[in-house]
Order: sequence, then C-alpha cells, then structure tokens
Amino acid sequence: MDYITLIQLLDSTVRLATPLLLACLAGLFSERAGIFDIGLEGKMLAAAFFSAAIAALTGNVWLGLIAGIASSLVLSALHGVASITFRGNQLISGVAINFLAAGMTVLIAQSWFQQGGRTPSLMAGARFEGITLPGADAIADVPYIGPLYAELISGHSILVYMALAAVPLTWWLLYRTRFGLRLRAVGENPAAVDTAGVSVVGLRYAAVAICGVLCGIAGAYLSTALQAGFVKDMSAGRGFIALAALIFAKWRPWYALWATLLFGLFGALETRPDVIEAAIGMKVQGQLLGALPYLMTVIILAGFVGKAIPPRAGGEPYVKER
Amino acid sequence: MDVMPKWAEVVLVPLISLLLAALISALVILAIGEDPIAAVKLMVTGALGSTYGWGYTLYYATNFMFTGLAVAIAFHARLFNIGGEGQAMLGGLGVAIACLYIPWPHWSLALIGAAFMAGLLGAIWAAIPAWLQAKRGSHIVITTIMFNFIAAALLNYVLVNLMRPKGQMDPATARFPDAVHLPTLHDLLSPLGIAFSKAAPANVSLLVAVAACFGLWLLIWRSRLGYEIRAYGHSESAAKYAGISPVKITMIAMIISGALAGMMAINNVMGEAERLVLNSTEGAGFIGIAVALMGRSHPLGVFISAILFGFLYQGGAELALWTSIPRELIVVIQALVILFTGALDNMVRMPLEKVFLALRKRKAAGPAT
Amino acid sequence: MTNNTTQERQETAAPTAAPAIELKGISKAFGPVQANKDISIRVMPGTIHGIIGENGAGKSTLMSILYGFYKADKGEIWIDGKKTEIPDSQAAIAAGIGMVFQHFKLVENFTVLENIILGAEGGRMLRPSLAKARATLIELANDYGLNVDPDALVEDIGVGMQQRVEILKALYRQADILILDEPTGVLTPAEADQLFRILGRLRSEGKTIILITHKLREIMDITDTVSVMRRGEMTATVKTADTSPPELAELMVGRKVLLRVDKKPAIPGDVILDIQGLRVVDDNGVERLRGIDLQVRAGEIVGIAGVAGNGQSELLEVLGGYANGIGTILLKGQPLELAGKHADGQSRRAHGIAHVPEDRQREGLIMEFQAWENTAFGYHHDTDYRSGILMNNAAIRADTAEKMARFDVRPPNPRLAAKNFSGGNQQKIVLAREIERNPDLLLVGQPTRGVDIGAIEFIHQQIVALRDQGKAILLVSVELEEILALSDRIAVMFDGQIMGERAADQTDEKELGLLMAGITDTDHPHSIAEIEANLAHAHGDAHKEV
Repeated sequence: MDYITLIQLLDSTVRLATPLLLACLAGLFSERAGIFDIGLEGKMLAAAFFSAAIAALTGNVWLGLIAGIASSLVLSALHGVASITFRGNQLISGVAINFLAAGMTVLIAQSWFQQGGRTPSLMAGARFEGITLPGADAIADVPYIGPLYAELISGHSILVYMALAAVPLTWWLLYRTRFGLRLRAVGENPAAVDTAGVSVVGLRYAAVAICGVLCGIAGAYLSTALQAGFVKDMSAGRGFIALAALIFAKWRPWYALWATLLFGLFGALETRPDVIEAAIGMKVQGQLLGALPYLMTVIILAGFVGKAIPPRAGGEPYVKER
Repeated sequence: MDVMPKWAEVVLVPLISLLLAALISALVILAIGEDPIAAVKLMVTGALGSTYGWGYTLYYATNFMFTGLAVAIAFHARLFNIGGEGQAMLGGLGVAIACLYIPWPHWSLALIGAAFMAGLLGAIWAAIPAWLQAKRGSHIVITTIMFNFIAAALLNYVLVNLMRPKGQMDPATARFPDAVHLPTLHDLLSPLGIAFSKAAPANVSLLVAVAACFGLWLLIWRSRLGYEIRAYGHSESAAKYAGISPVKITMIAMIISGALAGMMAINNVMGEAERLVLNSTEGAGFIGIAVALMGRSHPLGVFISAILFGFLYQGGAELALWTSIPRELIVVIQALVILFTGALDNMVRMPLEKVFLALRKRKAAGPAT
Repeated sequence: MTNNTTQERQETAAPTAAPAIELKGISKAFGPVQANKDISIRVMPGTIHGIIGENGAGKSTLMSILYGFYKADKGEIWIDGKKTEIPDSQAAIAAGIGMVFQHFKLVENFTVLENIILGAEGGRMLRPSLAKARATLIELANDYGLNVDPDALVEDIGVGMQQRVEILKALYRQADILILDEPTGVLTPAEADQLFRILGRLRSEGKTIILITHKLREIMDITDTVSVMRRGEMTATVKTADTSPPELAELMVGRKVLLRVDKKPAIPGDVILDIQGLRVVDDNGVERLRGIDLQVRAGEIVGIAGVAGNGQSELLEVLGGYANGIGTILLKGQPLELAGKHADGQSRRAHGIAHVPEDRQREGLIMEFQAWENTAFGYHHDTDYRSGILMNNAAIRADTAEKMARFDVRPPNPRLAAKNFSGGNQQKIVLAREIERNPDLLLVGQPTRGVDIGAIEFIHQQIVALRDQGKAILLVSVELEEILALSDRIAVMFDGQIMGERAADQTDEKELGLLMAGITDTDHPHSIAEIEANLAHAHGDAHKEV
C-alpha cells in the first residue's frame, strides 16, 4: 500500500467517522445524565431528511442545518417527555423514536417531493463543501507532509472540524464546569442532585437537548456533506454503531474520538477490499467487516477486553424516595 | 387496594393508547393531504373485505404472533429482547437448511423438521446474548441489537457466498422442493366446503401460531417454569431467595423467546416465499415489540394485537397501492403504538388512576385504607 | 446529657424568641393513604427536638415535606417566625434547612469534596469552587470535630464517614436547622455516641436539630423536647425531662406495651445446626465471613447481634442457600453443600431449613404476586401444589386461605397482591409459609422490621412457640432489644467474626454494645479512641485487605 492510498484511506476514515463521533458524543451527554438513548439512529435520520429537504427548498445549507437540528430536538423532547416527565421505559421510547423517524421521513419526503421517499439531489450552495485550509495548496507538493496536510487535514467540510472540536469541548464541559459535575452526578445518583437542590428534570432535559443538537448535526452531515441529498433509511445503522462506540469508549470523550475513528476505518476499508487484500494477503468479505464494530462491542460489553461500566443510574427513571 | 380495577388495566389503558395512536396517524394522513376516513375505509375493505384480504391479514398476523410471543415471554422475565429480527433471520436460515438439504416425504414432517431447525437457530441466536447477560453482565438490549446486525451480515454472507445457486444473481437460495410446500388456508378450508382465496399466503403456520399462543399461556400462567419466570421478572433478589436460578431463567426465557422468533420463518420463508431471500423478515421482529406491548405480554393480548397489526399491514399495503400514502405509514403507526403503550404508558395511566381514585372516594365516604 | 443542662437550655431559649421551625396543620396523602394528618409542631432555636414513632407513623414524610421533597396537601411552614413556602429542596436550603437522609444521598464515585460542593458550587467553573470548599471544609472540621479526607472517594469510606459528609454538606450550605432521619441505624452504639457528641456541639453553636428515630434511648439521651407520632398523627409533644420511656412507648402505640416476651426457659436438645470455620468471599474478593463457628440446638433461639453490615446477612444467605461459602455446615450431622448446583434455596428447604429473610419486600415476597402465589413461593415444586406438570392453583389458594386464618392475616383474601397488605401482615404471610412447613431449623432475619407493635407481639409469640416445639431457631436482628427479649443464647458478630457468645440472661446491652464494636475483654474500661480505632476497622477499608 503506497502513501497516497494510506492518506486516501485515512481521509475517508475521517469522513465516515464524523457522523459517528457526533452521534457518539450526543449519546455520551444523554447517557452520562442517566438517560439511555437507543434513538440516536432515528434522530440522525430525521435530521438528515429535514436538513436535505430545507436545503433543497431554500438553497441554503445553513437553514438546512438548523432545520435538521430542530427536527432532532423535537424527537429529543419526545424522548424527554416519555422518559423524564412520564418516567417511561427509555429503551422502548428509543425504539419508538427510531420507527417514527423511519416512517415519517419517507412519508413527508413522498408528500413534499414525490420522488419515492428521497429529496432532490442538492446543488452547490445547498451542500457543505470542503474547506481548503490556509496554505494547503502551497505545500501540497512537499513530500509526505504536503499530502498529509492538503488531503487529510485540509479539505473537509466545516462540520468535520466542528465534530473534532466538540471532543475537547465536551471534555472541558464535563470535567471542568459546574454543569458537567451536575450532569455526571445526575447519571450516577439523581437523589444526590435532587436533595442538593438542583433540578434532576432540568439537568436531564438539558442533556437530552444537547444530545438532540449533536444528533442533528450528525444527520445534517450525512445528507448535506457526506452525500448530496436524502435517501430512505440513509442513517443505515450508524446510530447503533455510535452507541457501540460509546460503550467502547466507556462513556468518555477522548476515547469516543478514538473509537469512532476506529469504526470509521472499518467503514473505509469496507469500500476498499483491494487495500485489505494488499495489507493482509487474503480476501476479507465486506459483510464481515461491516459486522466488526458490532462484534467488537459485544466482546467489550462481555468484559473479555476491559470492562465497560455504564453510569449507575442509567436507564432508571428518577422517582423521589426517602 | 390497587387504584384501578383489573378491566381498566387490561382493556382501557391499551385501548386509549391505541386511540391516541390512531388519532395522531389520522392527523399525519391529513397533513400529507389525504382523507383519513377514506383511508380507513380503504384499509378495512382491503384487509378484511375479501378472503384475499383476510388471507394476507392472517399471514402477517401469523408472523406477528410468533415475534410478539417472543418479546412477551422475555418481558415476563424482565428481559427486553430487541433481537427478534435477527433471531427470525436465523430461523429463516434454519428453515432453508431443513427444506433444501433433507428430502422430506411429506409437508407435515417437513413442517416439524423446519420448525425445529428454525427454533433451534433462533434459540441459539438468543442464547448467546442471554448467556452474556447472565454470566458476563452485558446489557441484553445492546447485545441483541448488535446481534441483529451481525445476523444480517451473516445471512448476507451465507446467501451470497454459500447458498446461492450457481449463475443466480440475487442473493437468495434455490426454490424449496414441492414436497415441502405448506397447505394454504385455501387448501385447508376447501375440503370443508369453505371458499378461501387461492392467492393469499396464509397457511397452516397460522394454526401453529395459535397453538403457540395457547401453549405459552399454559407455560406462563399454569406451569412451575412460568411461575419461576414471572417471579424472576418481578424480583431477582426474591427469586434467588426462593432458589430460582437467575442464570437458568434468563437462559430459558431467552431460548424460548429466540425459538419463537425463529419459528416465524415457517410462515414467511417456508409458507410464503418458499426460498430464503435477504430481507425476508421485513421488520416483523421489531413489530413483535409493538404487539407484545399492546397485548400486555399476555398471550391472548398478543393474539389480538397480532391480528390488529396484520390488518394494519395489509391495509397499509392497499393504501400504498391505491393512494399516494406510502407503506411507511404503518411504520409510523407502529412507532406510535410502541410510544403510547410502552414509553408513554404513564401519561395514559396517571390521569385514569386519578379518575378512578376520585370515583372511589365518592363511593366510599371515609378513609379508603 | 443530664436533665439539668436540658432544663437550662430550655430556659435560655427565651420564650419571646420565634420558634426556629413551626409547622401548622400539615396534611399529606399518598393516594388513599393518609401519611400526615393535621400536624402542628414548634421547635425552638438551639434545641434538639426528637420525633419518635413507629415505622410508617409518618415521621419521614413530615420531614420530607419540611425539606421540600414532597408538597403538603394542606398546612403552613414557618421558619424563624416567617411564613415560608418550600416547594423544593432548593427553597429548603435557602431557608437554612439541611437534611441527613436515612439512605445517604451521595455520589459514590465522586470525591468527598465534589459531593460537598454539588449544588452549591458558587460559580460556573469547578476549580475555584473546589479550592474554596477545601478551605471551608478545614474550618468546619475544626469547629465541629468533623474530620474527613476531602479527596477520598465516597465509595471507599465507611458509613460513619459518609454520614459526616452528609452533615458537612448541610453545614457547607450554612444550614441552621439540621434534620437527621434515623441516623444511628447503621452505626454501633459507640459511633452513635460520637454522633450525639457532634450534635451536642452543633446545638451549643446555636443550631436547631430535629432527630427522627424510633429508638427511645436516643430520645432520652440527647433531645430537649420530643414529639410522638402515631399513624400519621401527632399524639403528644413533651419536654424530654418530663417523660419516661414507658410513657413514650405507650404514646407511640396507643396502649400499654409488653416490652418483654413471655417465655419459659429453653430446654436445648441435640445440636441441629453446626457451623465450622465458615468463610464467605464476595464478588469483589472481600472476605465477608472470616471463620464462623456456631451451634444451634433443638429447642433454643440463638440470636445474632451486631451492627448491620458485619456479616449477618451473608451468614443467612449462605444458610439459606443463595451465597457460596467455604467451610463446613452440618445440619443434623449431614453436611450441606456450600457451593455449586445444590447450594440453593430449593435444596435447603428439602433439608428442612425454613427462612424468613431479612428483607421481606425484596426477598421474602414478590410484591406484585397475590397472597396465594406468595404462599407457594419457594415451595412451588411441592407435590401438594402440583397436578401433573402444571401447578394446582386451586389447592394453593385453599391452603393459603387456611394459613391466613391461622396467622390472622388481614384482610384474609388470598387474591390480594402482597403489596396491598400492611408490613405486619406481609410478614405474617412469610412467617405462615415458613413456620407451617414444620422445619428443623428456622432462620429469621429482622422479623419485626417495619412491623406495627401489635403484630410484633404475635410474631414473637409464634417464634417462641416454634422453639417450644423443639425446633432450632437462628435469629438475626439489629434491634438489640429484640435480641435480648427473644434469644436464649446470643452471639455477637463484628467484621465477619463472632466476637463472643453470652447467655441471654447473663448479659446486658452495654456488654453486647462493646462486643458489637469488636472489643472482647468487656470487663475492662476502654477509651473512646480505642473504640473509634476499632470502628474505623469495622466500616472502612480494612475489608479490602484480602
């Protein structure tokens, strides 16, 4: 495998890891606050549709992004009402949200565009284009460093850089601010937060809302940056891979980055069977590679390789008790 | 005393949830510019207006009975088996293996053999997450989700690389031999002089599903194993005290659950498609969640709500055929049913409890305890 | 605390001053249950006010209302002479109220410091808040003798320390009123004494303290005034100096109470249960039982005294078959399996061991199951309860009806779910199930926890009656009074070991209290420091040395 192939592979790793990273951080906020969220998939899907739809209708990708975030927030609010206000089963609520998004996106797409559940292809301006970082063109011809900078580091859409910046930001918020302390506390022992005079409901809604915003960006990235338009079920299980990455990352922000990059790499390799064959000298079935993140998650969850301990109050609705 | 009488708990709460789901669905239909009343009429005539429609409704209902029961038995052990889809896929593989590689002399024997293989593979696919939960503490919801994806990848691999006949393009097995063709309702009813549509796919598997409902009812409410499963579901600590092994119950409940989900394949793979294709389950494993929730995990409730969902499925298909409402409307309805009967249960229950409490207070003057 | 100083304090708290707390006509119902009925109470500043009552009398509900945890249906709260609305804990904290709950509200994997600042950080950024809190903590530690390691993780420190963190949390929020809900439940007598010294010091600094308890001794020892609650109502408020334990007990239950159990001297027979060198190691590798030797004979009640968490539960779990042990247990000379397939509740029952577990709601009963289903619980494989491969539900219901009649379970309805019975009646259902099996050995854990006094007498009588039939009984209770009243022989457990055995009629609370703190040579006087050192061992990291 030559250097340029490697750069290309890593470049597509970053592209594929971005939605996973955003969704993974989204899940991190929610689950750290004690709200399990298996509805990441649905929120991404809804956001993918609405951002593509609004971008197509207005020709403005930023309006699309806002619409995507808004739609994801609506589903987050639903999850909040079900699991925080009405203390319902968080897992069941997540399942419902996934189906709701899967059905509604096609229904509305059909109603708006009559193209069999997809949006029209997005033109330039209605998409997030790659950004050329300063100096990228200038040093592109320098051996090694040039392609590294020009191809791998430069040239991504703004959303990719936002996702990467979200990692240290999340870390700082979680471990250096009052909000972070309370958020972590409410996922471990909500009664401690409640008796300390802080609203459990408020904190959890805040966490769920942040989760909605991040999922919204992830979804918008899918339909307006990674691809040019919405197609039915385009999230394609990414929400669940993000969930897997979250467990893999043991609910920590920096680990989340590495986990999603790893899973992004698997995705990149899936499209380049020639690279794997060259690297390990045998053919690997694409389907098996696609299943690898799921398999690895099962193995991690089973504690065969390091134990992942979820937030202690996760999944349990908070009921006041003496 | 319980706040609500039993009938309200069993009938009223799910009914109100269903009405809410229906109401919102109607609003959705309105919003996309169609007439909900006409849509319902179309669904009713399409799904129940002919033996052809009934044949499809009951065919879908058969699938949902299996997957609904699968989710329900796991719920009794307080396990959320979200992996019915993957278990049903593996069941399909079991049916295909049984039908393709064993020369069955008669369909009845083939049915037994295929059901066994389907149940076995489904059970294995559920037993691994169960074991991981019981012994390693992995969350069964996450593991079963992962196993759905792994099952899809595995099936894809097997169909593309192993079971696809030479020269065939689409990833599917060869057609099953005629000997394993299951009698349809038409075949079963015509000797009795009842005319039933020849084209509809409902088949003898329906009877197996109904028998499974009854069998599961006996198991849950009348057998010692069912008693132990329910006890464990209510309180793990108490189960341990009584000498009921959590590992054993988790394994058994999930094995029964996986076997039921897998056995769905005798209907869709053996009874209808007569070969194994990639997406044979069509989400029936997930619909089982809605069916079990609406049926309150009771086999009779599962039976009724499976038929309701069968109606929705067939009606939805008719809608997609005759109007511009896509089939995904059913997915929305399914989501709403799960939402209201599952996640927003308290939203429906709490006001009702207040009503009943007020009624009781009015009836009995003085302290209610 | 002598009565003299108490009276002085009453006088210094001038009658002209407004009460620190005044509740007027508080009522609260949970669904059909009236937890508090028209309760009024006045607490003067700088005093310790006790609230005593049985479990379920409504004490905790009342205090939770004061702390904004629940909202009262009716009534007013006045703080320092001002009418105050307390809709949530935030408002309570703002009004200067701090509460130490029975079950601590701490984040286990946070440090002490993080727990203390949670909700009272004082700024958006964490680091300056932590630095400020560290300084304040040192001051508070010096002022009140409340030393803790601010950087220790809460999950690594003992219960006594965790309680201090809770008190510090309240003081850090500048609470002037401190409510403590059953604070001594998890403490040894010596630890409790130490807590009371801290409370005394807080009182002398002008803090107002409300102490909720069901233990008469604590009321008599430390409080200035006491209110008695019964079934949601406040039956009396008196000066502690003017009352006596029997009077309080009578006020609590509404009639004269038999504090002692009527029983004939035991006639011990053969050894039924013989435990030799029993050890238990839990999932985390901590040694919970460290070599127990104990015998129980036919026709005697052996009581296990000890502070909760010193291995009593593990002992019952091993004997009941749901925890693995290492060592030897002989039942009528036959060894019991302590690990593997046959170490479970089913085979223990087959051996003739019946078990009334410590926590009936979590272990003894399935709260959602009806009474008849619970009567079969653990015995559901019994041939009488079977017809073919199915269960004989009609037979179980008939049997349950009979048992309910014999044990006076009210209401005698086999189809009522367990959760709808009162604590005492729930316990009677368990007891009926276990005693009527005619076991050789009965294990009884906390038989009267959360049980009303009328039922306590009945339950005690049943246990003694079983003894008089020549059965062996092993009793575990954290209530020393109960141990003393019921047992023929008493073994004291501390840190997974038996510290000593005493004949019930030749010992007293004081001697047992020292044993419970791990001090075996009870004849010699001991310094507080020595006891404290031992206690740190009992609750703290010492367990992790394995």
